[in-house]
Amino acid sequence: MPKKIENVGCPYCGVCCDDLVVTVSDDGKQILEVENACAIGNQIFHHATGSERVKLPRLRQPDGTYKDISYDEAVDYAAKVLYNAKKPLIYGFGSTNCEGMAAAAKVAETAGAVLDNCASICHGSSFLAIFDNGYPSCTLGETKNRADVIVYWGANPAHAHPRHMSRYSIFPRGFFTGKGHKSRKIVVIDPRHTDTAQVADIHLQVKQGHDYELFDAFRAVVRGHEIPEEVAGIKRERILEVVEIMKKARFGTIFYGMGLCHSDGRNHNVDIAISLTRDLNDYTKWTIMAMRGHYNITGPGAVWSWQYGFPYCLDLTKKDIAHMNPGETSSVDLAMRDEVDAFINIGTDAGAHFPIEAVKHLRKHPWITIDPNICMASEISDLHIPVGIVGVEVPGIVYRMDNVPIQYRKVIDPPEGVISDEELFERIHKRLSELEAEEAAKGPAKAAPEGVRAEE
Amino acid sequence: MKTVTLTLTNPSELFIEGQNITPDNFAGRKAAEIAALDVWEGKQKSPLGKYFTVEGDGGATAEETKIVLRGDCTRVKRIGQQMTAGEIVIEGNADMYIGGWMKGGKIHVKGNVDSFCGIGMEGGELIVDGNAAHHLGSSPRGEWRGMQGGVIRVAGNAGNDTATFINGGTIVIGGDADIHISTHGEGGTVIVKGNAKGRVGGQMVKGDIYVYGTIENPLPGFSMVDEVEQEVDGETARFAHYIGDLGERHPTSKGKTVYANLYTKL
Ligand code: SF4
Repeated sequence: MPKKIENVGCPYCGVCCDDLVVTVSDDGKQILEVENACAIGNQIFHHATGSERVKLPRLRQPDGTYKDISYDEAVDYAAKVLYNAKKPLIYGFGSTNCEGMAAAAKVAETAGAVLDNCASICHGSSFLAIFDNGYPSCTLGETKNRADVIVYWGANPAHAHPRHMSRYSIFPRGFFTGKGHKSRKIVVIDPRHTDTAQVADIHLQVKQGHDYELFDAFRAVVRGHEIPEEVAGIKRERILEVVEIMKKARFGTIFYGMGLCHSDGRNHNVDIAISLTRDLNDYTKWTIMAMRGHYNITGPGAVWSWQYGFPYCLDLTKKDIAHMNPGETSSVDLAMRDEVDAFINIGTDAGAHFPIEAVKHLRKHPWITIDPNICMASEISDLHIPVGIVGVEVPGIVYRMDNVPIQYRKVIDPPEGVISDEELFERIHKRLSELEAEEAAKGPAKAAPEGVRAEE
Repeated sequence: MKTVTLTLTNPSELFIEGQNITPDNFAGRKAAEIAALDVWEGKQKSPLGKYFTVEGDGGATAEETKIVLRGDCTRVKRIGQQMTAGEIVIEGNADMYIGGWMKGGKIHVKGNVDSFCGIGMEGGELIVDGNAAHHLGSSPRGEWRGMQGGVIRVAGNAGNDTATFINGGTIVIGGDADIHISTHGEGGTVIVKGNAKGRVGGQMVKGDIYVYGTIENPLPGFSMVDEVEQEVDGETARFAHYIGDLGERHPTSKGKTVYANLYTKL
């Protein structure tokens, strides 16, 4: 009899839907059906058993091919790379659990590495704005139960977070929002006429890259000042109209995405959005929330802030001092400036996401990829170490986009012999500590692994 | 004044973090002792003498110590960081944080500098003959008390985020400035003799900005009030005077609201 598992969390996007029902086969090895998930969430489960999986670490050979090696050999290789590098970079963590992130931080601290996560090329600018200006936020539950005005600014959940609108923002009926969609006003601010804009009551088609000016105009209007006839491509009357809606709301939430974080000014766009949110609280209750991408990309921020006081771009090369300054200690900048000499890509695909120049720089040095699947990064690495898929084969804590921790469970076992990120990092840490102890005992006699590389 | 000359003869593979290269640390030390000071290359701590040849001894105090850096210091960070007195001359380019958290003395860079130079500056003088990259005279991340005092002069262009959270002091940019000047500013003066790209004075509470050229994208939160004649950096000229950022909070003084001032040359 196939078994139905209820209340399963989805390890895909930051909405972290935890109402999935997964049917697994009799022997517990196949995923037969996934209910309630959106198309992309569905895919992640079916991919686990429906595709060819890598079951052993693979080491690049001088002829360019990969050869299977044992986990012990892979752990030894990784530990030696970290040990010998002057400034190794450990980057990724978009798709793993908090347990894995904490174990990786232990490794980074011992190795004197730079520890960074995908926020570095995503919502990192939000962190900078939050450092500078605070974060008047709320949980998604509060938005669902209270909000009567929703603003999506530079975000397109219809594609990136498919169930966000139905679970939390536009459509659900909450405690004080019993009429659901009918009682809510939706404002979308985006240069493109996105599918999210389709469901909006008002769509302001801001001129690309000029969100900051538009926010400034909103703020000036909130404070009762005159503004020019047109700002960032939007007519004054439209701005006045939207400000009026915002001021009259009972409870509002601004959800913002890459439109702010990835256009000119980045953190300042988020920063002024936070200022606007604060201004509106002179009139009514307004909150703001980052549309964090992956299901646990909020996790490393929470875990590392607790461990080191900073959420990302952590330079731990001085070991007892944590230094953070994006622009200097951020992965892409480190790569472009040739500031690091070894790279571990974990739970993400830097091969696909980084600018090609950054990839080329990193590729001059040893590159290790830790990922359940074959991806672009795994195919250009010196070493690829497979691990179990969190949320499908490995349980653990994840943080939803509103910083709410959720315990994820597993529905099937990982392929035989495949270990978790956490176990892998614990083993690397143990080996690294052994190397340090050996060094302390007999001075410098460390075998550097050959930096064998794939064809460029 | 005694001069210590550092010549970069053995360049690093990665970047050198040279926060010890200050008159304060060199004062009272012989050349050999200076060569034994720590610098960092990633997690590797080495003596300064591994990369630089050191000639000359430090003066008795920081005031009496001058440091001259020769060779290509493009990959040397943090020179003159937190210095309180004395002088540093960098013959070519230098990397990040030059004159960061500087309290006094003078740094003269004859080439270009990278980002975060003069951040958190409290006093002294930082002069750059070439260009400066981003976050010139800005506040460190998350610090809402930015530059407090001192003077920064860049003959060439500056990148984005100049003078974020500036509180005091003066920054003069001879060329153009990229976006964001004096964002969140609470005081101080920034003078841009070339053009500014935009977001000049965004979220600014107090302080002054002068732009001699054009502002490509002016902010809607600035409103023109009058025309004034003013002496700026030794010359007198007529300016259009704007106040702002009207979207931001502003304090009152003697019953009047205090705004930030933006002057554009007429
Ligand atoms: S909306 Fe996101 S979390 Fe929910 S099912 Fe889709 S991908 Fe998974």
